[in-house]
Amino acid sequence: MKEKNKKKMLLKLFLSTLYLSAFTFGGGYVIVTLMKKKFVDQYHWIEENEMLDLVAIAQSSPGAIAVNGAIVVGYKLSGILGALVAILGTVLPPFVILSVISVFYKAFRNNWLISQLLEGMQAGVGAVIASVTLDMGIPIVKEKEAVSLIIMVGAFVAACLFGINVVYIVIVCGIIGIIRTLLLNRRKMK
Amino acid sequence: MIYLQLFWSFLQIGLFSFGGGYAAMPLIQGQVVTSHGWLTMSEFTDLITISQMTPGPIAVNSATFVGLKIAGIPGAVVATVGCILPSCIIVTILAKLYLRYRSMDMLQGVLHSLRPAVVAMIASAGVQILITAFWGNGIEISLFGTKWIMILIFAICILLLRSTKLNPIWVMVLAGVMKLAMSVLI
Repeated sequence: MKEKNKKKMLLKLFLSTLYLSAFTFGGGYVIVTLMKKKFVDQYHWIEENEMLDLVAIAQSSPGAIAVNGAIVVGYKLSGILGALVAILGTVLPPFVILSVISVFYKAFRNNWLISQLLEGMQAGVGAVIASVTLDMGIPIVKEKEAVSLIIMVGAFVAACLFGINVVYIVIVCGIIGIIRTLLLNRRKMK
Repeated sequence: MIYLQLFWSFLQIGLFSFGGGYAAMPLIQGQVVTSHGWLTMSEFTDLITISQMTPGPIAVNSATFVGLKIAGIPGAVVATVGCILPSCIIVTILAKLYLRYRSMDMLQGVLHSLRPAVVAMIASAGVQILITAFWGNGIEISLFGTKWIMILIFAICILLLRSTKLNPIWVMVLAGVMKLAMSVLI
């Protein structure tokens, strides 16, 4: 009986993550909110507080937040197997959709109409990224922390003007963050 | 060999993109355009546009798209596994540590310092997308070669995004339609 319930839950988990992944536009933060609605409010599989912690872990880890969210939820519900099922549900829709699109992309990119449309959209996506940068950057500027501002300007110069591999920028800034946190903790101790 | 390269590249993308959403974009650009030349800057911009208009994380979308282009379905699978493998390992470890210590001060501190860098790197990738949009692929930047129509479209889009609550997907579609209309008319 228990075995049967577990299978049923895994199937439900797979279908839920599949559905959320296939129909959620707007990135990881949105999908994590919808996961909370589904697994906490609707299925009552996870408690509200615990879900908040799981979301925090998903957002703090590297990688796509939607995938991270699926891993924490799946792992919490049913261990490694649960995590794998949830990952599969989350990854399958974009995998299939992009596969189909890339077939069409090759065929359509040389079409004059499509190429004009895509060219215009390059300016559009550039505008979207500029707007996102403003949304993310303005709060950091408002914090008025010298170190943060130096990191921001330094990282931009390194990436944009000197073309330094962003992996190194992430590593260096991560180390700066570790040192900063250690110094802050020491000051708190005193 | 190509599978190993795809796997290794997307592993780095999965491992070093902190902050979700656009954070993966500069890493994908670095690996896919700059280091390996698997996509041109124009193709990369198309990919980001497509990612914006379809569900799913940018990193997974890119892994599928680039993997397929370079090495077919097996390539897409290898790249996708590469980009989610770091998540699987790190998320599980963090979840265990978190359950034991109930605190993520250190991690939050590190993320606090990473955030300005992530914003800067997204901005840098955005600048390169705009350079491609305004001056074309690999052509030198000059006043004469500037596509003024593209700059106009960009300005209209920014205005729409900052002053209305219009969904970014529609703004991008509008940008494409504007370019098409202008090319037909002029």
